[in-house]
Amino acid sequence: MQAQTDTAPLWPEEIFAALQRFEVRQVAYVPDAGHTQLIKRVLASSTMRGIPLTTEEEGVALLAGAWAGGQRGVLLMQSSGVGNCINMLSLVPMLHFPFLTLVTMRGEWGEFNPWQVPMGSTTQGVLELSGVKVLRVSNAAEVPDVLQAAASQAYNALTPTAVLLSQRLIGAKVFTK
Amino acid sequence: MSKANLLDRRQVVATLLANRKDVVAIGGLGASTNDITAAGDHPRNFYLWGGMGGAAMIGLGLALAQPKLPVLVVTGDGEMLMGMGAFATIGLQKPANLSIVVLDNECYGETGGQTSHTSVTADLVGVAKACGIADSRAISTMAEVEAFAKSVQDLSAGPRFANVKIDNAELKRILPTRDGAYVVNRLRGDLGFQPI
Repeated sequence: MQAQTDTAPLWPEEIFAALQRFEVRQVAYVPDAGHTQLIKRVLASSTMRGIPLTTEEEGVALLAGAWAGGQRGVLLMQSSGVGNCINMLSLVPMLHFPFLTLVTMRGEWGEFNPWQVPMGSTTQGVLELSGVKVLRVSNAAEVPDVLQAAASQAYNALTPTAVLLSQRLIGAKVFTK
Repeated sequence: MSKANLLDRRQVVATLLANRKDVVAIGGLGASTNDITAAGDHPRNFYLWGGMGGAAMIGLGLALAQPKLPVLVVTGDGEMLMGMGAFATIGLQKPANLSIVVLDNECYGETGGQTSHTSVTADLVGVAKACGIADSRAISTMAEVEAFAKSVQDLSAGPRFANVKIDNAELKRILPTRDGAYVVNRLRGDLGFQPI
C-alpha cells in the first residue's frame, strides 16, 4: 500500500493539463502507483484514450501507429519498464515520430526494495543511449514547466523525450507491517 | 518440414490486397513486409524492417487513430510470438477496423529456418480467442483467404485475426524502401496530414 495523504497532490493534474493542451489522444500505460491519479484522469477523459499494455514496448509501437494515423500519444511507465523498451525504441529514430514518455522512478531516494535498484540506476543511461533526451522532476513546483518543455520539444521538434518523475516527488513507496 | 497443400504466401497476400480500397497495410519484420511489397508498392503500405514484435501494436495505434479506415497487419509467426501480449491489449480495446493476419510457416525463415513454437504446440488462434478476439480463424484454403479479405472491409465487426498456414519455401526477396520516415510521411500525406 502506498502512503496516503489527506489531499491528492496537484502535480498529476498539472501533467494531465499539459497533455490536454498538447492534444494528446492515446495514453498507453503499464500501471505504476506513481501514475495512479493521472491514469484515473485519463480513463475518465472524453478526449484521451487510456490503453493498458501488457509490457511497455507495446506502447512504443502503439505511438508509432498513432502518429501514422494522425494522433499524438504518450507512454506512462515505471523505471523498470524502460528496460523492456530498448529494442522497440529503435522505431523512434527510424520512423521519426514524436515520442514522449513519463517515467515514475523506483530504485532511488529512500527505496526499500533492493530489487528496484539495478534498473532504477540505469534508467536514465538506457534512455540516453537509446537516443531519448531526459528531463528530471524532483519537486512538485517544477512539474508544469518541465512538462511544458518536454511536450513542446517532443511534439514540436520531434525530439524524443523522457520525463523522469523522481521518487522524491512521488514519495518513496512503503509497505505497512 | 514442408507439408502438403500449404498455401503460397505471395498468393495469400496478393489476394488480401487485391481489392484493398482504403486499407492501410502494415508488414511485419521479415518476409511479410516483402510479400506486401510484391503485391505492389502503395502509399498506404507501412513496411517494417525492425522492431520485432511491434507490428500488431502499430496496427492498434493506427486503427484507434483512424476508426473509419480498415487497418490490416500482415506478419509472421515468429514476429507475432515475440509480441503475443498485443493480443491481450487489442482484445481489450476492440478496434472494430483492425485485422491481423499471421503467415504461419512454423519457422524463422529469415534466420535459417529454425522451427518456431507454432510448429509443435503454440496455437495463435487459441491465444487470440482467449484474449478476447472473438473472430479468430485458422485458415488453410484460398477460399477462406478470399472471405477474410472481404471481411477486412467491414469496419463494424473487428478486431479479427487469421492464422494462415503457408509453406516455408524461401522466395525471391522483393524489398521495399528501408527509409521508415519516408514510409510514415508518405502514409500521413495520403491520409491528409501535413509534415510538422
